[in-house]
Order: sequence, then C-alpha cells, then structure tokens
Amino acid sequence: MKVRARDAKQAWQEEFESSPVREDGIETSTISGIPLEPLYTSADLPRRAEEYPGQFPYTRGIHPSGYRGRLWTMRQFSGFATAEETNRRYKYLLANGQTGLSVAFDMPTLMGQDSDAPTSRGEVGHCGVAIDSLADMETLFAGIPLGDITTSMTINSPAAILLCMYIAVAEEQGVPASKLGGTLQNDILKEFIAQKEFIFPPAPSMRLVVDSIEYCAKEVPKWNTISISGYHIREAGSTAAQELAFTLADGMAYVDACLERGMHIDDFASRLSFFFDAHIDFFEEIAKFRAARRIWARWMRERYGAQQERSWKLRFHTQTAGVSLTAQQPELNIARTAVEALAAVLGGTQSLHTNAMDEVLALPTDKAARLALRTQQLLAYETGVASTIDPLGGSYFVEALTDEMERQAEAYFKRIEEIGGVIPAIEVGFFQKEIADAAFRYQQELEQKRRIVIGVNDFTVEDEEAIEILRIDPRLESQQAERISEVRRKRDQAKCSNALNRLRKAAAGTDNLMPYILDAVRAYATEGEIMHTMVEVFGTYTETAVV
Amino acid sequence: MATAVRPVRIVVAKVGLDGHDRGVKVVARALRDAGYEVIYTGLRQTPEMVVDAALQEDAQVIGLSIHSGAHMTLFPAVVEELKRRKATDIIVFGGGIIPDDDITALKKSGVEEIFTPGTPLQEIVDWLRKRFPESATK
Repeated sequence: MKVRARDAKQAWQEEFESSPVREDGIETSTISGIPLEPLYTSADLPRRAEEYPGQFPYTRGIHPSGYRGRLWTMRQFSGFATAEETNRRYKYLLANGQTGLSVAFDMPTLMGQDSDAPTSRGEVGHCGVAIDSLADMETLFAGIPLGDITTSMTINSPAAILLCMYIAVAEEQGVPASKLGGTLQNDILKEFIAQKEFIFPPAPSMRLVVDSIEYCAKEVPKWNTISISGYHIREAGSTAAQELAFTLADGMAYVDACLERGMHIDDFASRLSFFFDAHIDFFEEIAKFRAARRIWARWMRERYGAQQERSWKLRFHTQTAGVSLTAQQPELNIARTAVEALAAVLGGTQSLHTNAMDEVLALPTDKAARLALRTQQLLAYETGVASTIDPLGGSYFVEALTDEMERQAEAYFKRIEEIGGVIPAIEVGFFQKEIADAAFRYQQELEQKRRIVIGVNDFTVEDEEAIEILRIDPRLESQQAERISEVRRKRDQAKCSNALNRLRKAAAGTDNLMPYILDAVRAYATEGEIMHTMVEVFGTYTETAVV
Repeated sequence: MATAVRPVRIVVAKVGLDGHDRGVKVVARALRDAGYEVIYTGLRQTPEMVVDAALQEDAQVIGLSIHSGAHMTLFPAVVEELKRRKATDIIVFGGGIIPDDDITALKKSGVEEIFTPGTPLQEIVDWLRKRFPESATK
C-alpha cells in the first residue's frame, strides 16, 4: 500500500510538471508573500498528537462545543454624529438581530479632546460619535439596558475615562459594575506601532492600562479589560505573520506590566482579549487564527506559569479588512466581506464585525449596515458552516500553513527580544519600519499587476454609478459645542474642580487612577478636561516620523 | 553648460487628528523614488503648521492626506492659509477617503488635484511631471 501511495504521488508530480501553467504573472504566494506549494499531502502534516477543541493548546478552538454551543456574537462597530443619532442606530441594529453593541467614537473623542477644542474643527461626529461628557454617554445608551447586553468600546488613550462613563451610566440605570459585560480596546501599544492615536508617552500610557486591568479584576470582573489588536497593524500594511507576531508580543508586554504591578497571572489573564483582521487571503487568515490560539496557550502556560485553563485560552474578535475594500464597483465589497467573514468563522472567532460595502467612502448608511449584518446571519444560518467544529482541522494545507505562521511569529518574538522588548522596539521605529516596508512592497505588487484587485488594477469599468452615502450635518459641530457649554453651566463647579485636583495629585503619585477618574466623570468633568489634567502630569508623546 | 534646474520639493503632511499614515508613507516613498525631494511632516499637522513647513522647506507642492472625513474643512484651510501668507504659488494636492461630490467642491476651493483610494502611484507621478515639466528631479 505504501509503495503504491508513493507511486501515485510520483505520477502526479510528473503530470503536474508536464502540464501547462498560467503565465499571467500573478503571484502564487499568499498576499503576505508566503510561498505556496501547488498541492499539500500527508507528508506536510506535522507529527503531533491529535488535537481537540477545548483542549490545550486550543488550535482547534477554545470551546469543546464550538459554534454548536453558541454562535459568535454579531457585533457591528457603529457610531456617528451625535449620541442621539447613534442611539437610534443601535436600537435599529438590535431590532434587526444584532447581538452586541460596539461603539465607534469620533476623532476628537479618540484623541481625548472636547468637541469645542480648536483642533477638533471639521472632525466632530465624522468617523464616529462625539462624546464629551457623561451627559453624552447617558444619551448614547438611553433605553438600552446595560445589564442585558455587552458593549465593546474602541478607545485607547482615553480608554479609562470612557469606561468610567459607562460604569457611571450603568449605576444610573441601577446596574452594578459587577454585572457589566463588554470590552474596552485599551490597547495603547498598537497605537504607537500602527494607528498612532497616542497622547501620553509609553510609560504613563502603560500605567493607565494596568490601572484599568487591576481595577476591573476587582470591581468589573466580567469586563474584557483590553482588546489586544492586530487589526490596525494589518490595516497599516503589515503581513499576516507580522500582525500575529506583533499583537501577541504586545499581549505579553501587557502581561509583563501587570506582573510587575504585583498582580497574579490567573487573576487577570482570562480577561485579556484579542482583535484580529480577516483579510482576503482565505487560508492564510484561517491559519493565522489557529496559530494565535496555539502560541498564546503555550506562552501563558509555559512561560508565565498560568495554572487555570481559562488563562490559556485566546479569545478574539474579528473585523473584515477595511483595507481590502474598493471605492470602485463598491457592491463587490459585499462579496469580499463575505469571504473574509467566512475565514473568521472557520478560524473560530468569538465575535465578528462585517464591513459595509460603502465604508470605503464614508460611514455606512442604514441599508448598507443591515446588509453587512445579514451577511453574518447568512453564514450562521444558511451555509451550515457552524455545524462542525474547526472543519479545516487536519487539512494538509491548513495545518502546514498554521505551523508556518507559528514559526514566523516565533522568529519575530526573538527579534523583538533582541531589541529589548516591545517599547524599545517602538522607540527605535522597528515595527513602524517593518509595516511600512510591507505596505510599500504590496503597493508595488499591485502596480506591477502581480496582484489583482478587481475594479482597481484590472476588470475596471469606465462609468461608475455613484452609490448613496451617509452625510454628516456640518451644523453638528456647533450643536455639540453648545451641549458642552450647557454641561459646564449646569454642573456643580466646585465638585468638578475638586475631583480634577484630586486626579492631578494622584497622577503624580502611584495610586490606581480609576477611582479618581470615575469621580471626575460623575462630576461631569469633560473628557478634554480629564485628559488635560493628566497631560499636565504625564506630558505628551511625539513620534519620529519614519517613511 | 546646462543651467541648474531646481528639483521639485514636496511637503507631504497628515492634517487633522487621524493617525492612519499608510497611504501618506507609500506616496512619500514613491515620489522620492521618482526623484522628487520629499519632506514628510508627520502626524496631526494644523493647516498653519503645514504652510510653515512648506515655506521653510521652500517647497513648490504640498500633498495632504486625511482619512477621518475632515477634508472639507482642513484642505481648504490650507489653501486659505497659503493665501494669507501670500504663497499661492505653492500648489496643493490631496488624497484619502474622499467622496466624488466633495472632489468637485475641493477643486473649486483651490485644491489642484485629489487622488482617491486605488490610484496607481504612477498616476500621481505623471500628474506632477505634467505640472512641472521644466523641473528636474534629483
């Protein structure tokens, strides 16, 4: 039998080599440049004991029951204009079967400044919802019972402030912090690496992250305190292996920082969560997700000595790749997103955002947002892909690619360690350079048509029909400014100033800042005021631009 | 002896609050490879800072990048600042997530050209070559 199998392989090899191959100049490597064989066989299967879902190292998934137990959470990232309008969109999405909320904030909110700051001009409410104080947060979640849903908040430098606002709104609704479920992105390292929405220098930034992790471990135990994100690294142009490696390296840097604070690994590890991109190269993405779980489990158990199984399990959210979408023939984006979402599901994601077809032009319209959600529902309920756990496990190709991802990630961990760790590597521009190089390489491949993007460098059409897009009312900026003035007028000024003064003093010391920020939030201090108070103590960070 | 022709100097800048610098970096590299002198300002530049940089660097061109939707405010603000500083000989082009309708309005406000996602880098280079036929590149 064995001899015959070898003969068959040999025969195939000969026939393959004598068959004509396409000569269109298009790359056969993955989109990240990993060379691929035309065929994988049992010879490519790694020699290891059979793996099962729910068992270390969780390559096949963290739950023994996969999606049979529970489908992934359909969590569409959404927010625009005012808290009032976004509140309406949330209720619309929930009414259409969405199962969790995910808040998109506008640029001033992300950068910790109020809507009436001079540098906020032109930005208010454009790429997310404008939140300036607790008053806006109350409006954002009006009529939405925070004890019954989970909410994800994409915010980083000012993450602690927005989490405190959420806690405060819940208090007003009568929901104790201990019952709150959700996720705070709170991942400052990838901001320094890729998305660049940093404010404070690395050290105080890390202190705030650890403060929130430490605080939540006691007070908000069901909250995912951080969502360690590869998404932005990938969207900035990295390869799949870089996304995987840099994200997990960031994760270990947070673990190190918490241990340094004196926390015990099993007290916080299970509340760390991850966030990956689902790009268009189908199998590479699935391999990336599978490798991520395996690497994390091994590092948590073997390097950090975590004892509890839940500390070993890497849970992640996925968003389809915004960067893969095209402004040309935008309806095609529905197809791209469906393929990417399928990769996320086959990779075992815990929650998923599918991009809307018009997101390459503006924030999604109601109709486009619903179509994006429907795409997930189609995968979950029509295609049958949720019936079998890790259906690609054992695939010669996927298993080999999973191992290759792992190997490349481990090589990066070594390089980062040689530089002295994640923060020193940020300071010398290591990640930034790696990502910019990869982005430039990909762009050149497009220019040379070694990679094809439909509608962009091939299969183009002359006259494109414009699609309807969402417009933000320019009057919003002054309305939001008036709203802040009203908050400032109505609040107890002395109470607010006292809270800010106490925060300033604490920032200069070593106390956990969360209770101080919570007090300032409750006193209706604005986000900008709270950030400014901390900037007075911490200073700000400027990066050296690398091209 | 040929007269020395001054190479075209281009200041590329991220205006506004967003930090998405993939596009600006790729364009900066491509222009540099095409022989232009490129000065990248880095992130979070105000219109005033951009014009300062262009004057200081004696640039003929400003290239702006934005991904947050604030282009309708910030691109024209750079043009206005150039007028205020009597430096309208410096031309402005831009790129980013910019809907078609906005492109017309931006061009009316004095932005010479807008390049949207999917533009081949060569198209930007060709546009500059046409715009500065006399100038040498390095």
